Amino acid sequence: MCLAIPGKIKSIDKKTHHATVSFNGIEKNINTEIVDVAKGDYVIVHAGYAIEKLEKADALETIKLFNELKNDKFPMSNVKSMTKLK
Amino acid sequence: MKNIIKQINTLAQKIDRQVVLMELCGTHTEAVARHGIKKLLPKNIKLLSGPGCPVCVTDQRDIDAVITLALEGIPIACYGDVLRVPGAMKISNIQYPISNISLDKAREMGADVNEVYSTEDALELQKKKPNLVFFGLGFETTAPMTASAIKRGLTVYSSHKAFAPAMAALLDTPQLKVDGFINPGHVSAIIGVEPYKKLLQPTTYNLQPRKLPQVIAGFDANDVIITIYMLLKQIAENRAEVENQYVRVVRPEGNPKAMKLINEVFEIKDAYWRGIGKIPNSGFEIRPKYSRFDAKVKYENIIERLGSKASKSYLDALLPSNSGCICGAILRGLKEPQDCKLFRKTCTPENPIGACMVSSEGACGIEARYKENQNGK
Repeated sequence: MCLAIPGKIKSIDKKTHHATVSFNGIEKNINTEIVDVAKGDYVIVHAGYAIEKLEKADALETIKLFNELKNDKFPMSNVKSMTKLK
Repeated sequence: MKNIIKQINTLAQKIDRQVVLMELCGTHTEAVARHGIKKLLPKNIKLLSGPGCPVCVTDQRDIDAVITLALEGIPIACYGDVLRVPGAMKISNIQYPISNISLDKAREMGADVNEVYSTEDALELQKKKPNLVFFGLGFETTAPMTASAIKRGLTVYSSHKAFAPAMAALLDTPQLKVDGFINPGHVSAIIGVEPYKKLLQPTTYNLQPRKLPQVIAGFDANDVIITIYMLLKQIAENRAEVENQYVRVVRPEGNPKAMKLINEVFEIKDAYWRGIGKIPNSGFEIRPKYSRFDAKVKYENIIERLGSKASKSYLDALLPSNSGCICGAILRGLKEPQDCKLFRKTCTPENPIGACMVSSEGACGIEARYKENQNGK
């Protein structure tokens, strides 16, 4: 139920909030009413709606962390950086 | 990944006691099973599923009310997951000698029940079927979509629920033996962090809340494993905080636009959760302002008939213990699927008895489908 998948916005109609979103090449009509997004943005889509914009920088940070985990020394500071809220 | 498992092992040794972490979201339970994460963890770290499968916690009364509408000839649109969930109403005909009815069975009996992927699909279908009723269910992840559709004229039977009150109810369960929560990623994308932090603070009702570590988690195997590490670290350091592993999606403030939609269309009322019972302030009911799109108001006379039928046998059927099904205890983390006498005997994914077996995100269905991934149990 709560599985949501990331996709890239190909085009967007600002009036109706409807956007064409590509999921690995498969395009779907998605409602973007509850997010502020533009063409080219990545979004997380759930039940026909984009529920959140996927920040590229955050996505890259996560990927970077995952890559560092492969190394022998696991840097604790990185886990802290992922836990912005305290 | 090997390295973080090593770190988890070190922490588990340091903690040196049994630690139980609860996946609050059914999608996490599914991810844990699919990736075989339980097998990777040290012996003293146990994962338990909680109440986060929205289909599983939808009360039989709501299912029966929607089925009653369907049997009265009102077209219904619903998410596919709920189709096979049995209500408490019994039917008796040639095909099903005595059986609890589901929307799927109502459809076989001639009712107009339509599976939709989104509220947008339901709005589209409404053009062809003007008196269509959408069965709205789910937590804050699906409530904004339903709210938006109501504003655009879709008639809805709302069984939507707020997530944090269920956590509060869990924390009030004295038998619950849990050391930390894996918080749902996409519910959090909508509600943000504040509702969880409130659970750590004393309220007028609960002056000494149980403080448990919570980490908001994404849905990759990596996300879940890092989350387990973060929870163990909190436990080892004797902290109880709300942390966010899923920063690439979840902002501290959540999604204000989505929350605004929810609050504009819905008001908070007490709600019944299947197998758990009434949880105060946990249901999203349609505000009077939108009552002309509220199926509970529009078809009050039909739904009331269900109430008048509420004989003792019907009310007894609501008690899960009468079928031997222990879904309620499983949803509260008090029991596991293997503890159920019916599990994989009379209750199977093909012939489910309880909601936890029907739903793709129910603990029993997942356990049955991924048995080889779950410590070989």
